[in-house]
Amino acid sequence: MQIFPRSLNKLPLILGGVGTIVPVLLIGAIWYYLTPKNFQVGYAPTQPVPYSHRLHVGQMGMDCRYCHVNVEVAAKAMLPPTQVCMGCHSLVKTDSARLAPIRESWDNGMPMEWVQIHKLPDHAYFDHSAHLAAGVGCVTCHGRIDQMETVRAEVPLSMGWCLECHRDPKPNLRPRDQVTNMEWKPEMAANWTAPDVHPPQHCSGCHR
Amino acid sequence: MSSWNLPIKAIGESPLVGEGTTFDSVTDTVCRVTENKAPRGWWVAFLLAASFTGVLLTAVAYLFWHGIGVWGNNAPVYWAWDITNFVWWIGIGHAGTLISAVLFLFRQKWRTAINRFAEAMTIFAVICALIFPGIHVGRIWYAYYMLPLPNEMSIWPNFKSPLIWDVFAVSTYFTVSLLFWYVGLVPDFATLRDRAKNKTRRLVYGSLALGWRGSNRHWQNYERAYLILAALSTPLVLSVHSVVSFDFATSLMPGWHTTIFPPYFVAGAVFSGFAMVMTLMLITRAIYGMRSLVMMKHLELMSKIILTTGSLVGYAYAMEFFIAWYGGNDYERFLFVNNRMTGPMAWAYWIMISCNVLSPQVFWFKKFRTSIPVMFVVSILVNIGMWFERFVIIVTSLFRDFLPSSWGYFRPTLIDIFTYAGTLGLFFTAFLLFIRWVPMIAIAEVKGVMPEADPHFGHDDGGHEGSPEHMAAHVAAEVEASS
Repeated sequence: MQIFPRSLNKLPLILGGVGTIVPVLLIGAIWYYLTPKNFQVGYAPTQPVPYSHRLHVGQMGMDCRYCHVNVEVAAKAMLPPTQVCMGCHSLVKTDSARLAPIRESWDNGMPMEWVQIHKLPDHAYFDHSAHLAAGVGCVTCHGRIDQMETVRAEVPLSMGWCLECHRDPKPNLRPRDQVTNMEWKPEMAANWTAPDVHPPQHCSGCHR
Repeated sequence: MSSWNLPIKAIGESPLVGEGTTFDSVTDTVCRVTENKAPRGWWVAFLLAASFTGVLLTAVAYLFWHGIGVWGNNAPVYWAWDITNFVWWIGIGHAGTLISAVLFLFRQKWRTAINRFAEAMTIFAVICALIFPGIHVGRIWYAYYMLPLPNEMSIWPNFKSPLIWDVFAVSTYFTVSLLFWYVGLVPDFATLRDRAKNKTRRLVYGSLALGWRGSNRHWQNYERAYLILAALSTPLVLSVHSVVSFDFATSLMPGWHTTIFPPYFVAGAVFSGFAMVMTLMLITRAIYGMRSLVMMKHLELMSKIILTTGSLVGYAYAMEFFIAWYGGNDYERFLFVNNRMTGPMAWAYWIMISCNVLSPQVFWFKKFRTSIPVMFVVSILVNIGMWFERFVIIVTSLFRDFLPSSWGYFRPTLIDIFTYAGTLGLFFTAFLLFIRWVPMIAIAEVKGVMPEADPHFGHDDGGHEGSPEHMAAHVAAEVEASS
């Protein structure tokens, strides 16, 4: 005695098909979309003042370290205080409307509230000085800042991305005096070889 | 001349079902449990078990909220009841696989009376076991780290760690056991479907029976699938608990770092599993009147297996001691003599010895082997003893650290106790539901080992049951011819 119609014989096939395709799509979607590759890259928030790195770095050729002064000696690269801006802007563009928040900050002594773009989790102890000392260029992690009107995250900054370089650092190293050079390529230094550095790959290298 | 394919009487076996049992009465005895109203005792047991499941959920929710600190685990005893319960439950599952797979391959026909029951027990025990590694990770939302999933952190579980081997071993075990159980159930679900009086039952059991018609081809495929799954499960009987024992054996702790652990754990697992099957079987058999299907003969054979595996475990205990002495390692000697046999944890050790090694020895005597009260008491004692075995292995190796300044003691908290009691509740809830809705004895397989299943049964005298003398003569001629 059969209680189900014959057409139900197709059910295992359909279930098998759906049961394969749906999980594969789901896994693929999670794999791509729920990752820093998707969430982190392209993050370009509006800043209180539309400071243009393209103008300052790209066109006027200012060095990164003019504003991010301590980057070679400290873990965190500082953001310039209002005073650094005013070093020039007390003489240049003194009446620009777009610079009004800077002047206000200068007057009342309250620091500017820039929006942080390159964020690492609290349990990752990243140190700028160590990376610059080894010869990792700014551009490796921050992208072509000199071409950005608004700063935008270029790399995922995920742990896997960090480890890629920690496992094979040489392609990302450059001479110490070229770290802030946005255009440096390995071909540009013919008789320079990357130093033999051994970045940590154990947990406590970054998670203390 | 092998005996497995001969009619039972030719090799002097007595039938595996009670006097007067027919195909019809087998079907009826098993199916009516799921068709009639549940007895009041079932409801009492079910409500009790379900409330303990509630206790489990509460205890686990409390644990998630507050963290592992609510358990008694603390320096130096970092592993305690969580792993004890895990190993205990996994071990209990092993009897089911042994009965359904190993005994099947060895053509032990008596397994048909208890295999369905034991396989169900395996599945529920493995579910209970899986809870503990899941919840003992502390941050439950990172439990998926146990699986080797590709991720943005480029980190993987440590493949050199037996803990990841455990994940593979236990999940394989669960999958194969579930498939095996379900494949065996298909013909019996079809029986229930065909007997169904109302539409709901017909639809539910009809779906579960996967369109089974009992055709020749169906049976052929079924037998083939069953054989393949039995062959897949057989290595798992040995491998799963071996891998569980590696959790300890690959460490460097005295009392854990022992090569005897894998066989010792497997024997212990089968031992505890059979004890649990026996406890449950004795109760169910009495309540549901299954005495003609699960006979004293089956119970006696189970008693013998309990005696054998109990003695194997006893041998392992003795060998651990011998090696501790013979190996000449002071720490190991100290552990066995001062931390296990004597010292503040000695009570647990002696409970283990008396329950596991001494109590099954009564089964040397046929009088006790066939006495239901003795079997019941011994099976309970073995269950207790096997829990203590895992407790002794884990806690006595840890509670006195290498530095006397960090010596401690282990005391369970209420949450420890609630969690453990709760898994018992979950196990019995699942088990009672199984008894209520699923044929608890493999109808088709029991029929296959009855005298009536012999193709020549009753042929010689016009369809009536042959006289024993006639049968014997007929069979003797057949034996002659085939040898």
